[in-house]
Amino acid sequence: MKIDHTQPLEYSTQQNQLNIFGFWIFLGAEIMLFATLFTAYFIMENRTGNGPTGPEIFEIGPVLFETFILLTSSFTIGLAVHAMRIGRKKAMLAFLGVTLLLGVAFLSAEINEFVHYYHVGATYQTSGFTAALLTTLGTHGGHVTLGFFWGVCILIQVMKDGINARTANKSFIFSLYWHFLDVVWIFIFSFIYLKGLM
Amino acid sequence: MEFFERFAVPNPNPAIYASMVAIVVVSLAIIIGLTYFKKWGYLWREWLTTVDHKKIGMMYLISALLMLFRGGVDALMLRAQLSMPDNKLLDPQHYNEVFSTHGIVMIIFMAMPFIFAFMNLIVPLQIGARDVAFPRLNAISFWLFAAGAMLFNISFVIGGSPDAGWTSYFPLAGTEFSESVGTNYYMIAIQISGIGSLMTGINMITTILKMRAPGMTLMKMPMFTWASFMACVIIIFAFPVLTIALLMGTTDRLFATNFFTTTNGGMDMLWANFFWVWGHPEVYILILPAFGIYSEVISTFSGRNLYGYKSMVGSMVIISLLSFLVWTHHFFTMGQGALTNSIFSISTMAIAVPTGVKIFNWLLTMWKGKIRFTVPMLYSVGFIPLFTIGGVTGVMLAMSAADYQYHNTMFLVAHFHNTIIPGVVFAMLAGLTYYWPKMFGFMLNERIGKWGFWFLSIGFVLAFFPMYITGLNGQARRMYTYSEATGFGPLNFVAFIGAGLMAIAFCLIVYNIFYSIKHSPRNVGDDPWNARSLEWATHNPVPEYNFARTPHVASSEAFWDAKKHGHELFKGEIEEIHMPNYSGVPFIMGVIFFICGFSFVFSLWIPAIVSLIGIFACMVLRSFEKDDGRLISVEEIKATESKFESAEEIKTAVSTYGGANS
Repeated sequence: MKIDHTQPLEYSTQQNQLNIFGFWIFLGAEIMLFATLFTAYFIMENRTGNGPTGPEIFEIGPVLFETFILLTSSFTIGLAVHAMRIGRKKAMLAFLGVTLLLGVAFLSAEINEFVHYYHVGATYQTSGFTAALLTTLGTHGGHVTLGFFWGVCILIQVMKDGINARTANKSFIFSLYWHFLDVVWIFIFSFIYLKGLM
Repeated sequence: MEFFERFAVPNPNPAIYASMVAIVVVSLAIIIGLTYFKKWGYLWREWLTTVDHKKIGMMYLISALLMLFRGGVDALMLRAQLSMPDNKLLDPQHYNEVFSTHGIVMIIFMAMPFIFAFMNLIVPLQIGARDVAFPRLNAISFWLFAAGAMLFNISFVIGGSPDAGWTSYFPLAGTEFSESVGTNYYMIAIQISGIGSLMTGINMITTILKMRAPGMTLMKMPMFTWASFMACVIIIFAFPVLTIALLMGTTDRLFATNFFTTTNGGMDMLWANFFWVWGHPEVYILILPAFGIYSEVISTFSGRNLYGYKSMVGSMVIISLLSFLVWTHHFFTMGQGALTNSIFSISTMAIAVPTGVKIFNWLLTMWKGKIRFTVPMLYSVGFIPLFTIGGVTGVMLAMSAADYQYHNTMFLVAHFHNTIIPGVVFAMLAGLTYYWPKMFGFMLNERIGKWGFWFLSIGFVLAFFPMYITGLNGQARRMYTYSEATGFGPLNFVAFIGAGLMAIAFCLIVYNIFYSIKHSPRNVGDDPWNARSLEWATHNPVPEYNFARTPHVASSEAFWDAKKHGHELFKGEIEEIHMPNYSGVPFIMGVIFFICGFSFVFSLWIPAIVSLIGIFACMVLRSFEKDDGRLISVEEIKATESKFESAEEIKTAVSTYGGANS
């Protein structure tokens, strides 16, 4: 492996550069994935059949909690990458750990929210609207869940091997993924919850 | 016993039982053969674990040919059923299953792997790269495709085939009207191979944008690479739509959600829209690489550089953009209103313009060229008039008012076969013949190849042109029979003869492979076709590291420049080469995906969850793996190179003294 020291560690080998570039392309595909989900949601928004409508089931409190948690986690993953760039392993691990804990907090809030929907009669099978809503939220939540386990794998590797070209590359790509999930959440927050509550 | 009843075929008939026996016999024969010849180790070490883009390409190629025959048998059954009025060969349900699987197999499991085969085999060579950007991911893509294909193909003996057409429109494809698990197979098998296709798209884009040889700017890439690049861009934007549509279809069928139902707020047209937002770009994913192959073949065998390189690239970019703006033309009759239909009519017709530019560019490439009518060139020359007819009928269909007459008739069937067969299938066969020496180091027999071409072309014309007429006269597609009074009988019989000729053609093409393995002279040298672009600047068959030294490129026809204008391709000394390691994990992941998909099809939740965990375990394993690949030493490279060079000398000697190299 040739290491180019003029580049940041995560870009320092050719394979590292390819990995980051390829991941950007993957995020492009992910944008299409969520765009399709949003399209389906907008079409289904008022097709509630006999089930409840959005304004009837949305609660602003938990949603705001989830939003703040996820935005904070985006900040902490940024700090983790910053710590990585200046070579401070302990700080990086701490921020990465906080990010993942915030991810868990977000997920538990979201599961709570789903249980709430179930109790107010908005199940997956109720209507076109609930199916689209829960699939959109669920796909995002599924991504966060996957991200959590991915992050744990990276955390262990940084703990074991320290910050090197390999782990820096993985951590950086993970941060891209995490930020992306945040961006998607902002869209969910604005165009599903706020629009639904208005 | 109750547990096993779900695996029974809902509409059995003798043909299906015969297939079951055939599958068991063939599987046993393969297992016994591999054991008898002690080839298990070889198979595992050299193929199942490979990450080499060339070997993956060959595996795609073999799969595509196998699927061509599966889909081809379906086609013969359809044409045989329709060959006479009131025929009783297939019952309506069986006919539904056969036309559904014919469409899916041909598009997803034949045409897609065929283009992926050439992308894998040729693109890294054309840009002077060692391999693709992510070799391991490439292997995973292939095994996901293979898992999806296998899953789809066992449907007709275990649980029943999909029977709602290749478009699988809801509510017909919902559980109410498609009770068997067939449509579950459709949703899940295509999902699995679709993920593989998406990964290939990401891989190829990264490879093409980041791994080109020094000097190769974007506008100096060979045309097939450009075409593959645009196809992959379309993949990135189109396949996620399919992923979501299939996910929704799956939950509708397995968990009784209401996406595409007609009650509780569901919307069946949402499926049709999503399907075609993917489906129309999909046909351009197939046709653009085919155009790329024609560009390579036509310029090589005309002895001229490709006319209008920039306009070729520009027209592909425009086609890619427009491909996303035409999907509604698949259902003009479903009541969008005149304004929407007019917009989509115009955008559809607009695609004819860049396509026309390409047709004229190919014609002008041949203009005043010294044309050699080899098999690949015959396919390319045959393609131009036949495809143009398909394109013109496409413009007819694009007129939304007139489409009310054509919609769902055999006219449409004739149109899209008229674009896909001369467009894609001819290109794949041209590419197969053209790149065969690149892959295996010997040529396919020209004489048998030409017989194959003529059988295929004449068979194609006989099979599909009559459908234009019967379609205009009102013969509906997907109807399993018709009465004698309609008068469709004689033309359908002609079509049946055409289908038979096409079957003979495909048998000839495969026979040619066996014949050439036995009889074709080896040592064809590195440049058997007097070709032009960079993939021919290395040896045949290509050594695992592709190029001993990295080529330096100054034009889109680097190899021609090196041959004729003294351009120096390879500068400097041989250095050691870094290569990725082989791995068995992609294959294992493919197997687990197959088990997972199968469990989902039959709603077997415990194995489904266990296999999902298995898939994630493979990913975790990969995350912790430290694999920096291996280095090929300079001595080893020199040894390999000198072997090829001595072979080249023998060949030159043989041809100088009038040897058998004709």
